[in-house]
Amino acid sequence: MKKYAALLTIALAFVFFYAAGDLPQIGDKDSPANVHVSPRYIEDAMEEIGSPNLVTGVLADYRGYDTLGETTVIFIAGIATAMILRGKKEGDDAE
Amino acid sequence: MKPGFISFVLDTAFRVLVPFTLVYGVYVLIFGEYGPGGGFQAGTALSVGVILSKLIQGKEKAQFNIRGSMALILAGIGTFIYAAVGFTTMIFGGKFLEYEFLPIPVHELTELHVWGILGIEIGVTICVMTTFIAIFSALTGEEGPFKDA
Repeated sequence: MKKYAALLTIALAFVFFYAAGDLPQIGDKDSPANVHVSPRYIEDAMEEIGSPNLVTGVLADYRGYDTLGETTVIFIAGIATAMILRGKKEGDDAE
Repeated sequence: MKPGFISFVLDTAFRVLVPFTLVYGVYVLIFGEYGPGGGFQAGTALSVGVILSKLIQGKEKAQFNIRGSMALILAGIGTFIYAAVGFTTMIFGGKFLEYEFLPIPVHELTELHVWGILGIEIGVTICVMTTFIAIFSALTGEEGPFKDA
């Protein structure tokens, strides 16, 4: 089983290295990440949101649903930490 | 948690530092529209005051204290405020978190975005701040195990 896992890992690594050659250069203005929604955010954010801070505009307005998820994740992390650290141990019922 | 140090130096430093930290936290929250900042950063800055109070003055004498259980409840309320802004816009005929449908009288539509973003940032701030406090008080074993409801 370990042999198969190692073989699979090597094969996947080869695929990834092969595919990495076709990735666009960092900062390439024609890469898909830079021609899809980014220009619209940069050009229209000031008119549509009225906030000069582009980061806040994207974070809280265009992608508000995403930020709601982030907040929920933080809330759940707090609950989980409290439950693990403040939970009762076994045989700790007598109080 | 120990009853806290009896130290004039720490206590005085706490009294000098914390008001500035709190004012800066609120500034980062309000000014997040126009400059660097936002709810997450403001929450961290605001939680510093309570954590320092717990550290320096001890859990019994802490003058500026939010207990761990209360902090967890407040974290839930913060998340709820965020979602409530979203559902408010839905009730008034828009989509989820579509701020232009908020029922606030303004002159321009973009002002509604500002109010909406401020609303959700307040929710994020409360959630982040109280989560930090809850994790800290759980780590220090401030309140012991949960009691049966």
